[in-house]
Amino acid sequence: MTPLNLEPNFREAGKRYFNAYTPGDDFYESLINTHRDLSDEQSELLNARLILILANHIGDIGVLREALTIAREGV
Amino acid sequence: MLKTYTYPKFEYTPPPELASGKTLRVPAIVVGAGPVGLGAALDLQLQEIPVLILDEDDTVSIGSRGVCYAKRALEILDRYRVGDPVCDKGVSWNVGRTFFRDQEVYNFNLVPEADHHRPGMVNLQQYYLEEYMVDKADKTPHIDIRWKNKVVSVTQGEKTVTLKVETPDGFYTVETDWLVVADGARSPIRHMMGLEIEGKIFMDRFLIADVVMAADFPAERWFWFDPPFHPGQSVLLHKQADNVFRIDFQLGWDADPEEERKPEKVIPRIKAMLGDDREFELEWVSIYTFQCRRMGSFRHGRVMFVGDAAHQVSPFGARGANSGLQDTDNLGWKLKLVMDGKAPDALLDTYSAERTFAADENIMNSTRSTDFITPKSKASKTFRNAVLGLAKDHAFGRALVNSGRLSVPAFLTESALNSADADAFAGRMVPGAPMDDAPVIENGDDGWLLDKVGNQFFALYFADDPNTLDGKTIDALSNLSFGNIPVQPLVISKNPGTVPGGIPNIEDPRGVASQRYDAKHGTVYLLRPDQHVAARWRALDPAKVKAAVARATCNA
Repeated sequence: MTPLNLEPNFREAGKRYFNAYTPGDDFYESLINTHRDLSDEQSELLNARLILILANHIGDIGVLREALTIAREGV
Repeated sequence: MLKTYTYPKFEYTPPPELASGKTLRVPAIVVGAGPVGLGAALDLQLQEIPVLILDEDDTVSIGSRGVCYAKRALEILDRYRVGDPVCDKGVSWNVGRTFFRDQEVYNFNLVPEADHHRPGMVNLQQYYLEEYMVDKADKTPHIDIRWKNKVVSVTQGEKTVTLKVETPDGFYTVETDWLVVADGARSPIRHMMGLEIEGKIFMDRFLIADVVMAADFPAERWFWFDPPFHPGQSVLLHKQADNVFRIDFQLGWDADPEEERKPEKVIPRIKAMLGDDREFELEWVSIYTFQCRRMGSFRHGRVMFVGDAAHQVSPFGARGANSGLQDTDNLGWKLKLVMDGKAPDALLDTYSAERTFAADENIMNSTRSTDFITPKSKASKTFRNAVLGLAKDHAFGRALVNSGRLSVPAFLTESALNSADADAFAGRMVPGAPMDDAPVIENGDDGWLLDKVGNQFFALYFADDPNTLDGKTIDALSNLSFGNIPVQPLVISKNPGTVPGGIPNIEDPRGVASQRYDAKHGTVYLLRPDQHVAARWRALDPAKVKAAVARATCNA
């Protein structure tokens, strides 16, 4: 099983980065933009859908349980 | 309020045109004697263009305003020969601390990468920078600064720009071939010309307080998200020269600027932050709002817009003066080639193309920082706080914390002036890259690569041993300097020695330059006058160099 990756891991095919922070900022901007003009309730629904889509993509339930635990710890 | 700085008063002299009634005619005028206008003038005089600067005031920036000068700006200031006083007086900092509510989430140490002359950032009040630049300009015979000279109208003809100028003693008219507009964010000239600047206003207000601390306080950058002493907002603290600290409080859009700037309102805020025991005095207070926007084109005929007049960003990341100096870095040599008839007018369009590309990158980065620091929706704020919570324990979270990505120069990878690589290279020094510095030795003296190039085109030729360069290579290198647009050859070698034929030679004793430029024996870099890579090859072919110079000057 691949362990849960908690190191910076964002990248995009075909893009060359001259600054280490750029790929993470690219992602974060897309994330925030996706929520633009939504009501709080709509945003909650979007987040739930997004988690389900990504969880299915990851697939490995061991990894997902580890992520679920870490996410819960900080709440 | 306490004063650590005495503002100079520059002398106004009634212009001779007032008495003579004659119309003055000059090749180039810069309007605005802020850091960017002065940078433009210093760049033009390095190109041997005489410059007239018109400024409506007679002193430097009031209040410290700009604070952070980044590595690339310092390197440009080195080329203008004002880097040393800025770095000597400025404060270097490496440690940054990020706090969320009552806890330090993490800290970082920006240990500067070894083998660069200049650090990543130096903090210095803007008035010192301007004072050093004015001092330099005053010592330069080809720069004439006219204080208390306010431009009141601009008329552009096909071959001339005509300005009407107001002085304390009346009006006069001056004509120029080229006008560089550096009159700031509100740019009266932009308004006079009826030009648009488009972008986004951020609905937020910030309070800047410069305070003088009585006792030692670390030279670190501290950034608070939602601190107990200023709930729901952000606060930034960092050190400038003379024990002056900049404190930046986010206030929110509903704050009353007149009320918030009163000392009886400001001092309790600072006490809540620093604790009651720490002694300090207020030096300067200001409230600001900001916009992220730029003009569609930075060139309008014979009028070139530079700095805040052309583009504005949020202050997070220090992209104002830093990007403005990169504008002047880009403009000076192009204007010279066009003035001399050695390049077509289209070269000046590339000033706009390259610098709007850079401005878009700056606006993108500063907008991202702003969105992180001042989230505008509940979802956005929840994500921000989640990132800060994860940052304490997880590296990926720390990488997402965006309290301002510090100004770095754009890699002009899309520029039409680049010649694409035909040979294989690794590393960052791609065509369009701003040059990396490296330690070098010249005539036995330690120095820096960036001090050895610039102001004209260079062909940097990497060699193992300068003494044994063959005659054909030496002739080819020498001949580069005889073109219509001369290319100065410079050999950089692993071993000490002398290049036969008088071609200048520097040493790369530890191979740092070779490593950064992924160079082997025979590698050639064509470098622009603004220290950007134009082209590179694994072997010297004079025809290819010539073609790349033509391309880099719109002569192709």
